[in-house]
Amino acid sequence: MFKAHKLIKALVTTGLVVASLSSTSFAQEVHFLIPGGAGGGWDGTARGTGEALMKSGKVEKASFQNMSGGGGGKAIAHLIETAKTQEDTLMVNSTPIVVRSLTGVFPQSFRDLTPVAATIADYGALIVRSDSKYTHWEQVVADFKADSNSVKVAGGSARGSLDHLVAAAAIKNEGLDPMKLRYVAYDAGGKAMAGLLSGETALLSTGLGEALEMSKSEQVRILAITAEERVSDAPDVPTLKEMGNDTVFANWRGFFAAPGISDEKRDEFSALLESMYDTPEWEVVRARNGWVNNFVPADQFYSFLENQEKVVGELMKELGFL
Amino acid sequence: MLDGILSGLGTAIMPMNLLMVLTGCFVGTFIGMLPGLGPITAIALMIPITYGLDPSSGLILMAGVYYGAIFGASSSSILINAPGCSATVVTTFDGYPMAKRGHAGKALAIAAYASFTGGTLGAIMLLIAAPLLAKVSLSFQSADYFALMVLGLSAVAAFAGKGQVAKALMMTVLGLMLATVGTDRSEGVERFTFGQMDLVDGFSFLLLAMATFALAETLMSIMQGGSNEAQSGKELEPVELGSMKLTLAEVKEMAPTTLRSSILGFFVGVLPGAGATIASFLAYGAERNIANDEQKKEFGKGSIRGLAAPEAANNAASTGSFVPLLTLGIPGSGTTAILLGALLSYGIQPGPQMYVEYPDLFWSIIISMYFGNVVLLILNLPLIPYLAKVLNIPRPYLIPMILLFSITGVYLVSFNSMDILIMVAVCVAAMVLRILQFPMAPMLLGFILGGMLEDNLRRALLISDGSLSFIWERPITLSFILITAMILLSPVIRMLLVRYKASNERVAAKHS
Repeated sequence: MFKAHKLIKALVTTGLVVASLSSTSFAQEVHFLIPGGAGGGWDGTARGTGEALMKSGKVEKASFQNMSGGGGGKAIAHLIETAKTQEDTLMVNSTPIVVRSLTGVFPQSFRDLTPVAATIADYGALIVRSDSKYTHWEQVVADFKADSNSVKVAGGSARGSLDHLVAAAAIKNEGLDPMKLRYVAYDAGGKAMAGLLSGETALLSTGLGEALEMSKSEQVRILAITAEERVSDAPDVPTLKEMGNDTVFANWRGFFAAPGISDEKRDEFSALLESMYDTPEWEVVRARNGWVNNFVPADQFYSFLENQEKVVGELMKELGFL
Repeated sequence: MLDGILSGLGTAIMPMNLLMVLTGCFVGTFIGMLPGLGPITAIALMIPITYGLDPSSGLILMAGVYYGAIFGASSSSILINAPGCSATVVTTFDGYPMAKRGHAGKALAIAAYASFTGGTLGAIMLLIAAPLLAKVSLSFQSADYFALMVLGLSAVAAFAGKGQVAKALMMTVLGLMLATVGTDRSEGVERFTFGQMDLVDGFSFLLLAMATFALAETLMSIMQGGSNEAQSGKELEPVELGSMKLTLAEVKEMAPTTLRSSILGFFVGVLPGAGATIASFLAYGAERNIANDEQKKEFGKGSIRGLAAPEAANNAASTGSFVPLLTLGIPGSGTTAILLGALLSYGIQPGPQMYVEYPDLFWSIIISMYFGNVVLLILNLPLIPYLAKVLNIPRPYLIPMILLFSITGVYLVSFNSMDILIMVAVCVAAMVLRILQFPMAPMLLGFILGGMLEDNLRRALLISDGSLSFIWERPITLSFILITAMILLSPVIRMLLVRYKASNERVAAKHS
């Protein structure tokens, strides 16, 4: 005989305690909604921003809520569903919101939210091992022309995500077929870097921040970056643009508010984030994480996103992802 | 290098840093003991504290928390079948049955000694050869990882009890299938998610382990408890802690296992694409494969080797994972990624030159690991009798507590309330399978290796332009595949040999 009532009792007790743990209060000055677990890039951005705002006295209190699931889609859905009670909420997000809306992973897009501002950015970088035969991007292009299979490009995320798109865009803007690019996906940036260093791929497409750290220890050489012009942290590294390749791409991170908040409230958020850059507290956080300031205020953010959606969308169509 | 080691020793024995080792080990052990909360949570909690410390102290603290958490995580695996973190899932396979048989004290002691040996041997290997080991980290390519995972899967035989081979294979396939749920990591396409947002990220290994072991076990015990009033009355009596002391025979049994598993675990940890969890599975499988028939029967029922192997391996692997982190700046796991972030925030770029540029820091971290393991042993051994008292808590109180801790542990890692429902569903399915006598361990093995097996095979094929030539062209790949073949064929060969002998004897008998 099974003792069903005992079983149910145990389950109910546990359920009640868990339910009371997961509820959160919303009576805060700024409430950060993080669409992923602790320790990720989104988590660091939200918590770093909140820390700077709080320590500099810009806000009285910042609270944080992690909500993972659906590659970030769960938090977006949550913000839309509970918009009425989310006046003070800022959700952190980044370029993937554009990509994942296009591919349909997210049923919603940035249009269903209130874009507030982009705060930091990381450019794409194409790097090789420091003992690689490649010293210039043009050599890679020449090899690709001769035999596209000979140039394998690693990246720390699946096909169709940023690392792949950056490499494909660079090839496309050389007038070559991006479909022929052999992209090797790893499930984390560190593993893709290990793949490059072990010699199994010739190139790695990654963020400039990570590339710079690795080039400091002289293990890798940066062939090109996707910035508009050379960056002060790496004055010797050429941009694709100066080599006549029009690939300009910034992986931004920024904040979104709930749909339907007033324009005043949105501009207030945007001004609050803008005022953060001059504080020493933000500088501490920024330097600690090696972030690049890249402010896009509320009035420009929407058109910035529309433009990125168009560029990324075209490329993804060409690559057969849409 | 000797200068560096000596100055590192000087830094490591500074009172401040010794205090950090102590604090780190203490905090790590306790957070590790909580089911589900492993090194990532423990380190994330310590990060704000380390901002105010100098780099050596901060990293010594975090490293202490890291291996401390893996050290401590075995306790909940052994006592309540709820793995403290994914690296100690294998510990439940033999640790819990041993505790159930009334040897909880002994099980905890074996885990502590094996962890200590694994951690210490790992630290010694780091000290001797860290800069050289960077080459080992980079010698592995996707094809080699693929072959390593195939070898790991061959250990499925190790999990099959007598007459359960078919069931074990079926559960392995189930594990492999579950690993395919979610966003495909190469193509970015959703598989088997049925449009459900909560399945997009796939299942978490810890969730599966917690649901199939901790939850299913406690709920089964409730159901079985009522079957016989006399029996349930008996079970309310305090459970025997058993002696903590190991007999000479037991020490002799665990010593070679611990040694082998420490070395195996360390080298798996050195590989950026593997880690402590894989190391514990591989060590367990290897021990089972080389055990003789008598010892094989013990596995899964409280085998000393089955407990010592994963414990030595996971601690050695967590130490080994400092090789790619410090000498290449490559994080092999979520935990080392956080440690890398901490290093970078101090303005230190780890890499091949780190032991030249920051000898103090580099060597003091490694030397502190040696102290740390001594601290952990001193800290954990006297705690054993008190920890084991958990088993004396009356079951009506203990069972809800286990359920609560297991569920919150999983929730606090993902912050996704849907995970709780998935856990309950998996738990119900697991209970049905357990009643039908299906073993759960092969499912977890299939799940943890399945994802990596697929990813690495696809990468290897992409890199070789679709040719399977990597299997015989890469020596590492070829050796793993050959070892796998030997393991799989050995029972067949042995059977043939026995038949050959028998027929020879028959022939001999006829002639005489």
